[in-house]
Amino acid sequence: MSAQAILERPMVVVPAAAVERLDTFPKRLRHNAERFGDRVAFREKEFGIWHEITWRQYLDHVRACAHGLYALGLRRGDIITLIGDNRPELYYLAMGAQAIGAISCGMYQDSLAEQLAQLIDFAGARFVFCEDQEQTDKIVEMEGRLPTVERIIVEDWRGMWRYNHPKLLAYSNLEAMGREADSRSPDWFDEMVAEGSGDDVAILCQTSGTTAMPKLAMLSHDNLLTQGDNFRIFERHISERDEFVGYLPFAWIGEQMFSFTLHQQIGFTVNFPEEPDTAQRDFREIGPHFTFAPARIYEGLHSQVTVRILDAGRIRRGIYNAAMRTGIRAVELEADGKPVPWVLRLARVLWYWTVYRPILDKIGMTRMRVAWNGGASLGPDYHKFFRAMGLNLKQIYGQTEIAGISCVHRDGQVRFWTMGAPIAHTEVRLSDEGEILERSPSVFLGYYRNHEATARSLRDGWLYSGDYGALDASGDVIMFDRMGDMLQKADGTRVAPRVIEDMLKFTPYISEAMVVGEGQPHLAAILNIDMRNAGKWAEDHDLAYTSYTDLSQKPAIVDLLRRLVRETNARLQPEWRIRRFVSLYKEFHPDDEEMTRTRKLRRGHITERYRDLITAIYGGASQFQAVVTIRYEDGRTAEMRPVVQILDVDV
Amino acid sequence: MGRDTPALDTILIAEKITLRFSGVRAIDDLSLSLRPGELLGIIGPNGAGKTSVLNCINGFYHPQGGRIIFAGRDITHLPPHLRAKAGLARTFQNIALYPGMSVLANIMSGRVIHMRANVVTNGIYWGPAERELLEHRARAEEIVDFLEMEEHRSHRVAELPYGVQKKVELGRALAMEPKLLLLDEPMAGMSADEKADMARYILELREVRRLPMILIEHDMGVVMDLCDRLVAMDYGKKIAEGPPDEIQRHPDVLRAYLGEATVA
Repeated sequence: MSAQAILERPMVVVPAAAVERLDTFPKRLRHNAERFGDRVAFREKEFGIWHEITWRQYLDHVRACAHGLYALGLRRGDIITLIGDNRPELYYLAMGAQAIGAISCGMYQDSLAEQLAQLIDFAGARFVFCEDQEQTDKIVEMEGRLPTVERIIVEDWRGMWRYNHPKLLAYSNLEAMGREADSRSPDWFDEMVAEGSGDDVAILCQTSGTTAMPKLAMLSHDNLLTQGDNFRIFERHISERDEFVGYLPFAWIGEQMFSFTLHQQIGFTVNFPEEPDTAQRDFREIGPHFTFAPARIYEGLHSQVTVRILDAGRIRRGIYNAAMRTGIRAVELEADGKPVPWVLRLARVLWYWTVYRPILDKIGMTRMRVAWNGGASLGPDYHKFFRAMGLNLKQIYGQTEIAGISCVHRDGQVRFWTMGAPIAHTEVRLSDEGEILERSPSVFLGYYRNHEATARSLRDGWLYSGDYGALDASGDVIMFDRMGDMLQKADGTRVAPRVIEDMLKFTPYISEAMVVGEGQPHLAAILNIDMRNAGKWAEDHDLAYTSYTDLSQKPAIVDLLRRLVRETNARLQPEWRIRRFVSLYKEFHPDDEEMTRTRKLRRGHITERYRDLITAIYGGASQFQAVVTIRYEDGRTAEMRPVVQILDVDV
Repeated sequence: MGRDTPALDTILIAEKITLRFSGVRAIDDLSLSLRPGELLGIIGPNGAGKTSVLNCINGFYHPQGGRIIFAGRDITHLPPHLRAKAGLARTFQNIALYPGMSVLANIMSGRVIHMRANVVTNGIYWGPAERELLEHRARAEEIVDFLEMEEHRSHRVAELPYGVQKKVELGRALAMEPKLLLLDEPMAGMSADEKADMARYILELREVRRLPMILIEHDMGVVMDLCDRLVAMDYGKKIAEGPPDEIQRHPDVLRAYLGEATVA
């Protein structure tokens, strides 16, 4: 049955006598530059100091970019791809391109040259922005395959003193050119912006593509803006006085949602860290009021905290454990909708000031009102962990194709096994096969140049999410796994591997896990040890090791894993238990196409790549000799033949 | 060579340097010169006297014979700290940093020779001393940026991996804003990635800042790739001098490295 989501009527946002319709981002920005003037729009850390960029300056940069891009030949409907760490320049260019009706398309900066070329060629982008030499080299190397690319705009020219490629252009020159043009024809920008309308395509957004080559979702200004409005109706606390840290890739829909869309709608300050390596420290310096991050960030924080605690003395560890027990009990009661006894509440207040808050302070989250998890879902154990410390961690559910968000946990109703309830003007129902379907004004326009894929996921206005799920009594959406990832054992039992994997990954020593067993009598798991934590464990146990491969096969480490798998099994229903496992000799990695850039497993690839290993697991072998070809950066290759042990776990 | 001022197109001239340690000739009648913007490599087997040459140039050792002219000025008898002030900076084969201090503090220590504030102004702090400090800090931050050490800015040097400490050494030397930089095995003990990074920094110093440098390095690939000119040494003597490809084939150099038999 298709349960209609409960809709809350939004308040009327636009006053009746509508002034100018702010239906595109450039229009919003112009409005904000008037409204906020010298308030801080962006803050960027450079040379160890936070530099402020006001809303007026933001607009100035965008005007310059628009003029510059136009002068170079970018026109309505053209595409500019942006590659680089999240920095203000990407926003100036994206907004500048949109001002003349062009489309911005962010790309993951850690993509390989090959992958970038494939996407840029597919998009037929005429302009490419590269942050630095690293990105420029990738594009220049692939130039032969990129016939549509006319200009490569580079921000940081460092190390490129000998580059004189005719297509290269410094970002500063582009802006200088644009400023000059702006002073010559000051009305041009407003005229261009006025021509834009809400149903224009604003961005192309790479979808994570766990299955095949990534697809480019076309999202209009309307898609993104309605999304922001419908989300805000449930999250009214966000104000223009808030701080946000934009440290995740620009290409990710989450950053487009927050640092681009909500930023324009609300006007909080977006802070950009100095370098990816300093992001965590910079995050802590800012102490943002809210954050939106994918599961791996929370998983990483959790593992950092646990390792520090394991490192602490016995007394401190004892105190911590007692505090967490109290917190988790209270959180579990809350999630079940049961009253929390006052003794427990009092204890929590005490623990908050003595234990939770100091920990939250270390990870820069003492001021945080809400932390959303998006992308892949976060295991319930993680939810309990963070909520126990008093962090309001909530799940966001949605796809790039619906501009990022369709469901969010409601305050006071956070049941961590669900994805929350639909946001305003958003309906969710299930297909007969159990697939989650969504409908809202933010459902995308389709995949760029891919009618086939569009027809598959967009039917009668409904977005077919490809997720297998359910609706609980309260209307909350439950997502088990991707439709295609559900496993069916030989006896017909359906298993959601992700649920088991999340439980395995919650232990500090396992960084990744993939559960296999399609058509098999029982389940098996391929585990990645967490190098840092397992390495630390080995040091503490006087265990010498040389490399990841070596450490992963140490008998003591394998025993440790066996214990962890056994503990996980104890918490699972019998049909869902792991019977055999291996500790893989390498980590799953996007460069090997085993994961997406947002660190989701690409099960098809993994199954294919480790076919022999999986066969050995089900063949009952106790060892497996793998053959690995390693390719070095300079093109040399070497062969490695690690022996992988296959272990049994009693169920 | 006459006693008059040296030609303007040399930044450093070491003339007939001889250094003896109780009878052992560590450096024997060695001359070398360096043009502005040039990267000169000194190669040679262990114990050839390479580091001793740097020690003579920066004033740690006082050669018994010969003279050293730096930027048109005879510095043969100048103590090391005045040579530093004159614009000579170096890094060390064995790291010589302040291990208990942060990366930034170590780099700032390279700024000391440029500091003007005195006990009084520093005591008051506000005003000139503060302005000066901010300026030095800005310079130090440029170096942090140049060497891509933002992540380690406030870490204690002792806690950092060896390769990063080596970068801090370079950073401190650069903070002195030298006119000539002496690099004593800047890549020793580094991983392949770290070496590549260090090579990039050295190249950029040469290409963009035109900073003259003398480089001692054992990794022949690096030396051959980076240097404009090489001086090969053996037993304290200069045995060859010239562009890298020439030195690579020079019979005396091959003999010094590989031994007598192989060359025949």
